[in-house]
Parts: sequence; structure tokens; C-alpha cells
Amino acid sequence: MSELRELYQQVILDHNRNPRNFHELEHATKKVDGYNPLCGDHYTIYVEIDGNTIKDIGFTGNGCAISKASASVMSATLKGKTTEEAHQLFDVFHKLVTGEPGSLSTAELGRLAAFSGVSEFPARVKCASLPWHTLNSAIEGDKETVSTE
Amino acid sequence: MSSAVLQQSDDVLDISRIRRDFPILHHPVRGGRPLVYLDNAATTQKPRQVIDRIVRYYSEENSNVHRGVHYLSEVATDAYEKARTTVKRFIGARDEKEIVFTRGTTEGINLVAQSWGRKNVGAGDEILITAIEHHSNIVPWQLLCEEKGARLRVAPVNDSGDLVLEEFARLLTPRTKLVAFGHASNALGTINPIRKMIGLAHAAGAVVLIDGAQGVPHLHVDVRDLDCDFYAFSGHKVYGPTGTGVLYGKEAILEAMPPWQGGGDMILSVSFEKTTYNALPYKFEAGTPNIEGVVGLAAALDYVSAIGIDAIATHEQDLLHYATRRLLAVDGLRIIGTAAEKASVISFVLEGVHPHDIGTILDQEGIAIRTGHHCAQPLMMRFNVPATGRASFAMYNTREEADALIGGLQKVIELFR
Repeated sequence: MSELRELYQQVILDHNRNPRNFHELEHATKKVDGYNPLCGDHYTIYVEIDGNTIKDIGFTGNGCAISKASASVMSATLKGKTTEEAHQLFDVFHKLVTGEPGSLSTAELGRLAAFSGVSEFPARVKCASLPWHTLNSAIEGDKETVSTE
Repeated sequence: MSSAVLQQSDDVLDISRIRRDFPILHHPVRGGRPLVYLDNAATTQKPRQVIDRIVRYYSEENSNVHRGVHYLSEVATDAYEKARTTVKRFIGARDEKEIVFTRGTTEGINLVAQSWGRKNVGAGDEILITAIEHHSNIVPWQLLCEEKGARLRVAPVNDSGDLVLEEFARLLTPRTKLVAFGHASNALGTINPIRKMIGLAHAAGAVVLIDGAQGVPHLHVDVRDLDCDFYAFSGHKVYGPTGTGVLYGKEAILEAMPPWQGGGDMILSVSFEKTTYNALPYKFEAGTPNIEGVVGLAAALDYVSAIGIDAIATHEQDLLHYATRRLLAVDGLRIIGTAAEKASVISFVLEGVHPHDIGTILDQEGIAIRTGHHCAQPLMMRFNVPATGRASFAMYNTREEADALIGGLQKVIELFR
């Protein structure tokens, strides 16, 4: 059970049960669909960007606990951040879930640290990163749909 | 494995002896846990009789077939053609000419869609399938309909996952050229009333294809008795190697069909002006075939025959009913697909936990199930679930393994609630 407890940390279980910002955004400047055809995870991410500040993020859809908690934590973490900061955090998160050494300490990672167990489960890395890839596209504004495949 | 646990099945099958035949079942997973393999609808494990046969082929018999005059070519050709006879007997076909070797069920269906379909289906014609089909029995027909301006019709299922036979009958019209349906559903386990369906389709003047991927592993199949026009199945779902499959077709229908793929082995003579095609079944077997796979498939069918498909079915039905009863007692668990006649496949959802998470947690216990949409997305939509967990049982599974599944699900609940 210990590896499983590492994967399904309280933060993840909590955000899965009570996802934050789990709604559409009325004033969204961009919305992008993220889809994992292998497991059927499917989310729509809404962002309201003002200049280079992410004013608001919301999401809808459904999928496993890892993907839903990831979308929830991401939305809570990035609200109010600049798009540049979002890019940096995306990089930090990607390293975290793929097990690459990162530059931030656990304290600096904050809530994101809950996803450190994912790297032990290669089949689940895509679940954790799907919302981030989707948001990235929303910020870049280059795609309407993102697929993990 | 305690003898008491095996008792209920010992009357029918000697499970512990069967399990000894499957080396992989004794190979621990995830840090030394015994494997509980419940993903048999995806692919079955292989007995040593099949593995040894493939090793023997490459150690003693390897050569190309139907070509050389040398000793090994004769041996390999003989083994390959004997496998065809084994398949013919196994499914009750009339003649070896009616047995076409393919890469699997998917290729068999595509062959019929592209060869028979392109010749016989035109604008305004209809192809009828059912709501529980696997993507491989949907997409080839969509491609054909798109090309020809034909229409794909879908017979509905009820909330149990049973075909609504009256609707199926109603959708059969003079425009229906072909009817294609699964013998049994990979996602729900539903066994279709195929004898009735074939009769209705023939009465409407349509040709019938059965997707037998989930039929042959669990049910006695006699294609002449069924009177279907085509029956496609995969070797790897019936204890044979991957990349092998069979398309059965009635001789007269296959005879009238144009070749599908061009190449070696499917021709009699080639000139730049005119090519004469080979006789059945070689007309549909272009290129060097999967020889070791086909001889392995024959070994698998021999293995199943020696044990007896009826005894296997009885054992699997015992597991199905036992596991169903125990699963229904799990708090918050709902079984998707409750047809009266089912193959040993159980799809389920657990309240508050996504199937993908269930799959990961069970995997840590060494329990392999399938999670996802099972290549049947329209069916998942019909039941309004994004995905399910699926446990599917084969001849080597035990009640003790069903108990392990229940134990694993209790851990899921413990972790998530």
C-alpha cells in the first residue's frame, strides 16, 4: 500500500473529491479541450487572460483521480500568475511527474509536491500532465483540442 | 491454492493441471506477487503446448510455404495446411477452401468490407450492425458506407445490454445488404441470439458476418449449423499467438469475391498484361503468411479440443456467476451489462472511483483487469459511463482469483473513502 499512498496522497484525494474551480468561465478568453483517448479522460480548460496575467481558470469534464486533482491543483496554483510563471511551473511539474531532478524544494513546490508519487507509475504520467498540456495550449492559443496521443 | 477452493470446478476441469500448462501464471509480478490475470477478453495467456510448438517450428521446420521444392519447404507447407484442416474441423466448416488465415478478427472484417463490400454494396444500400459492437466491427463498415454512399444502421440494446430483437428485425429491409454482429460482446459479455439473428437476416436477403472474437474462446461454434456467411475470429483470444486469425466464408461467396491484397502466393500467373488469381483460399493470402503463428494457433485449438470447449464453458460460467454474486455485494459497485446469456466478462463501475484508479490499485496487488472504453465508445455512451473496469475469466482462472479481485476492490474503497 505504501507506493499507492504515495500516489494517492491526501491532497490528491481531496482535490478529486472536491475539485476547485470546477466550472465554466463566463469571461473566458480561451477554452481548449484535452483528451486522453487511451483512458477516455476528457477536460475542457477555460482561461481568462488579461495582458500576460492569468486572471481566472476553470475546468469541466471527467477522468481519473490523478487527472482531476491535477487540473484542480493547477487551477488553484496558477490563478493570478503571469503566463511566464505558468510556463516555468509547467516545466517544474513535468520534471516532477517524470522523475527528473528539479530545482525547487518540496516546500517551494507547495501543493504540487502531492504529485511526486506519479513518477513511480509510468502509465499515469499522462493523466497528471494532461491538464497542464491543455492549459499550455490555451495560453499559446495555437490549438482547440489537445490529445495525449 | 487450496483444494477446497478448486473443488467446485474439479468436477468439470482439473484446474491445477491446466494452470501448470501456462508458464506465465507462475511468473510473479509487481515485486513478487502472484499474477491474477483477469484480462482474458483482451488476450489470453498461452499454454506451453503452443509455446513449444512455435519453438519446434523454428528449431526444425522453418521455411517458406508453397514455394520451394526442398525438404523444409515441404515440411512447413504441410504444417501450415494441416493447421487449416484443424481450424476447419474446429469450427465445422465444409472445406479447407473456406478457411482464410488473417492477422486477426479486425483484418477478417476489413477483408470482407473491402472485397465483398466494395463489390456488392452501392449507394442507398444499408449495412446493419448492433449497439454493442467493438470498433473493429463499426469502422470498416463506416469506411465502406462513406465510399459507397451507403447507410450504416444500428440495432439498439436495452438497459441489460441485450439486443432488442424486434428493433433488429424492423431494421432489416430490402436495402439491407449485409448484417454484422458480435457473437458475444467484449465490453459487456452479452451473448447475442445469433441463430435467430442469422435467420432473420437471411429471410431479408442479407449476407451475415459474425465477429467471433469473443465467441470462439467461450462457445461451441459450428459455422455450418449456424449457417452464417462469414465468421471471423482471432487466435490470440483463444490461447494462440497474436497476429493470427481466421476468416471463414462460404465457398460460393468467397469464390465470387475479388482479391483483397495483391502479391505473392495469391496469383497463378502474372504478366504485365494480365494476372490470373490463385484458387481459394490462397486468393486472399497474399505474401508470406504468419507460418509460426498459424501452427501455434492449431496447437491452441488442439489444446482447447483436448480439454473440451463445453467443459471450459461450464467452468467459466461458474466463475462468472460466482464473481457476479460477490461483486454485487461490494458497496457502491454496479455491473454494466446484465444480459441473461453472458460470456465470462464482467464490466463494472464503482461509485466515486474512476476505473483507471481502480486498475492502478488492483495492479499493485498483482491483479490485471482492463479499464477504459474497451474499444466500444458508442456502447459506453449508451450506458452513460465514460469507462468501466472489466474482469474477464478464462479456463485457468479460479474462484480464489475472483476472491482476490474482491479483496483488491475493498482496498480501493479503503483508499478512496
